Amino acid sequence: MRLAVVLRRVVLFISAVMLAVSSYADLTIEITEGVDNPTKIAIVPFEHRGKPLGADLAGIIAADLARTGQFEVLPRAGMLGLPRSEEEVFYRDWRSLGVEYLLIGRTSLQNQRLELAFDLFDVHRQQRVLGQRHANTVLELRALAHGVSDSVYEKLTGIEGVFATRMAYVSVNGDPASGRSHRLIVADADGARPREILKSDEPILSPDWSPDGRHIAYVSFETNRPAIYRQEIASGIRQQLTAFRGLNGAPAWSPDGRRMAMVLSRDGNPEIYVMDLATKKLTRITNHYAIDTEPDWTPDGLSLVFTSDRGGKPQIYQVALDSGAVKRLTHRGSYNAAAQVLADGKSMVMVHRDNGAYHIAWQEFATERLIVLTRSDLDESPSIAPNGSMLLFATKYKQRGVLAAVALDGGFKYRLPSPNSDVQEPAWSPKM
Amino acid sequence: MITSHAIASSLKSIIFLALFGSLLTACASNSTQDQDTDIQEPTVVATPIDQAPTEVVDEPIADLLETVFYFDFDQSTLKAATRAALDAQAARLRTTDSSVRLEGHADERGTREYNLALGERRAKAVADYLAIQGVSRARMEVVSYGEERPISLRSDDNGWSLNRRVELK
Repeated sequence: MRLAVVLRRVVLFISAVMLAVSSYADLTIEITEGVDNPTKIAIVPFEHRGKPLGADLAGIIAADLARTGQFEVLPRAGMLGLPRSEEEVFYRDWRSLGVEYLLIGRTSLQNQRLELAFDLFDVHRQQRVLGQRHANTVLELRALAHGVSDSVYEKLTGIEGVFATRMAYVSVNGDPASGRSHRLIVADADGARPREILKSDEPILSPDWSPDGRHIAYVSFETNRPAIYRQEIASGIRQQLTAFRGLNGAPAWSPDGRRMAMVLSRDGNPEIYVMDLATKKLTRITNHYAIDTEPDWTPDGLSLVFTSDRGGKPQIYQVALDSGAVKRLTHRGSYNAAAQVLADGKSMVMVHRDNGAYHIAWQEFATERLIVLTRSDLDESPSIAPNGSMLLFATKYKQRGVLAAVALDGGFKYRLPSPNSDVQEPAWSPKM
Repeated sequence: MITSHAIASSLKSIIFLALFGSLLTACASNSTQDQDTDIQEPTVVATPIDQAPTEVVDEPIADLLETVFYFDFDQSTLKAATRAALDAQAARLRTTDSSVRLEGHADERGTREYNLALGERRAKAVADYLAIQGVSRARMEVVSYGEERPISLRSDDNGWSLNRRVELK
């Protein structure tokens, strides 16, 4: 009897999830700008034995590597053979196609046990450079494929792979006259497997991941006023952190996850505060009659960068948490905002206005060297990948809000449009 | 009752009138802070010209007062026409004790959190002006929606000028 009730609830829950999923679509990736000398790699379809997998692992890995801009993946139609083991690899064939590296793999699925083996070959040196075996009873096939991508990427670039990370973003449907619905979505970093974690008729913005990747903080207007919430992703359990008069915005988790920087205007105008998340005690960090907003932490947790128009126009400033000393970081352009500090603490990305257009720019702290990374207009909300190789941002394309990504060297770009929604406010998860 | 939506749609249809009106205002005004007003922005909401004569009969005067006030790009300065409209609102509010909600908005350009702060600054400018005119601050609530609740989804000057506003509710 009890079991029946539980089962029915499970079924109801699953139908609710399926309904939620069907109301918005996966983001699809359109590469808009490539690099000059990508590494050429061939990824041979994996040989499979046993029950069908229902997923093309080699295809997922190929898409992962192509999405970095650092690799050019040989189309399957151009392959002269489909080797399944080292003995079947004819290096000369691959060299004639200009291929520098070759990935082959084998999978089997028997009694819910998935086995995966793969080998990576250096075509010029004619030798195996990487080989791994994995056994898995949890059939998270996409996660498994992303894990292979991570290993290959790390081996060939020396940079940590972040293919198994996720992103949060806000999806907006409807028009102003009839009302717009707002959804907070968590999806894989490639746009696959979107899950709605919050839906509201009122605006949702500024999602920010906790450093352990288990929680997201965000601003929701569901009470007809802005408030900051913290939500555990797995359980959906959430807590309202602030409900002060005025602005409650721009939550930013500290690197140790124990504190949260935020903006409150409860004392009359927008100021930066830091909340101790265990005690909910607030410390006011800035004290100026101008707008102070959009705090982000330096990696050492000792200072914040923030946007302020105390000099007349919005610019980026840094404040030391112990002394309260403030210094201005940007001097080029009449609008610099929403800074995000890179993990090495030596540079930042931000929104930068240039000739009336809003782009994403990178600036080095020591030299103030500034490089504009994007060419689209109305670019905002930069969010850096945990390995620092790329960033996600929001822009407009054909009058729709779309997410896009750009390499930190500016050379490679892709868009993630949604077929029927405006998508905005991307936040790249930490590596989990 | 003139809703903000009705105002927005009538605004669209009379954009020429508004442009002309803003030109006249800019010329006629003695106020220095309107000198740099961009003449492409509708500074005067001309709704009463269009609708008042046909709608007066049984409507209370309060409902015909302007409830949406527009701002220039990246500005929270009240325009001369807004001040005149707010004088009328203040006169009405002094005769009642209902509470007022001032919702500040921005256009889509620039970052979302900065625009929330900008929307609040605009709504506060309206609240400050009403307070000077004798409306108790305790009756006024300021809420900023930044760029999150646009009237127009157009990414051009016309759309943006409709979205930079404070709504009195």
